[in-house]
Amino acid sequence: MSIEHRDDTGSRFGMWLFLYTEVILFSGLFILYAMALTKYPTQFAKASHMLNIYFGTINTLVLLTSSLTIALAVSAIQMGRIKQTLTLCWVTIALAIVFLINKYFEWSAEIGHGIYPGSEHLAEMGPGITTFFNLYYFTAGLHGLHVLIGGTLIGVVAVMTAKGQVTSDRYTLLENSALYWHLVDLVWIFLFPLYYLIL
Amino acid sequence: MSEHQHEPVPYRTFILIWAALLVLTVITVAISRVHLGPLNIWVALGVASIKSSLVIFFFMHLRQESKLFKICLLIMLVILAIFIGMTFLDVLYR
Repeated sequence: MSIEHRDDTGSRFGMWLFLYTEVILFSGLFILYAMALTKYPTQFAKASHMLNIYFGTINTLVLLTSSLTIALAVSAIQMGRIKQTLTLCWVTIALAIVFLINKYFEWSAEIGHGIYPGSEHLAEMGPGITTFFNLYYFTAGLHGLHVLIGGTLIGVVAVMTAKGQVTSDRYTLLENSALYWHLVDLVWIFLFPLYYLIL
Repeated sequence: MSEHQHEPVPYRTFILIWAALLVLTVITVAISRVHLGPLNIWVALGVASIKSSLVIFFFMHLRQESKLFKICLLIMLVILAIFIGMTFLDVLYR
């Protein structure tokens, strides 16, 4: 007779603790942003105007919707609707890809205009605008990396669900991947107004 | 139902939260186009905080979790506030 040890609450709690370290990681960047903003308020407003607000807004809507689909996927697996769970996971991944494609076009346009870390064009615009864009590329880049990781994670869990390794009785992996995905959304909720919307 | 698992949240709840998040996004974009001076950034942060509470409590199921989870969130936020507060005290009064 074998008694399997499992503690779903414990593993969720572990995930939450990990997510708090992620929050502190991004907070460091947001605090740097706040410091630089108090030093260069006018330059930050000017630099913010150079960002494309449409890309930012569309990506916000894409991420919020993907957060909805993965939250629905957790409900679906709890109710034993495996097919729906899989569909919702794939939709979430598709939205993650849409987000990254948007990011690709957005960054290509900006780099095409000579705006990238270390560019001469940026150096001519002075330290305030340079600081803004360096922070923008670093924070949004780190966030983009999280989108990539989160999407991959959900893909792996979706395959495991299809194989029957994640079930309506045992779905902590899906729950924890969903938690990670919501964190990606949370970071963007702050990143978007701070970088795209300041006047 | 084992005590380790939650009751499934109905789809309707999640869709309503999602609609609220979209409305708040539109509000934050609209307000940012009006010049309010330094108030702009506080409004943006306020709306972002409301949005993140919705995500944390509903999408991330914090509402259904035990007290321990909620206390830990509070501790994390206090640490964050100290982190931000100390940095500003240093930079602003140099």
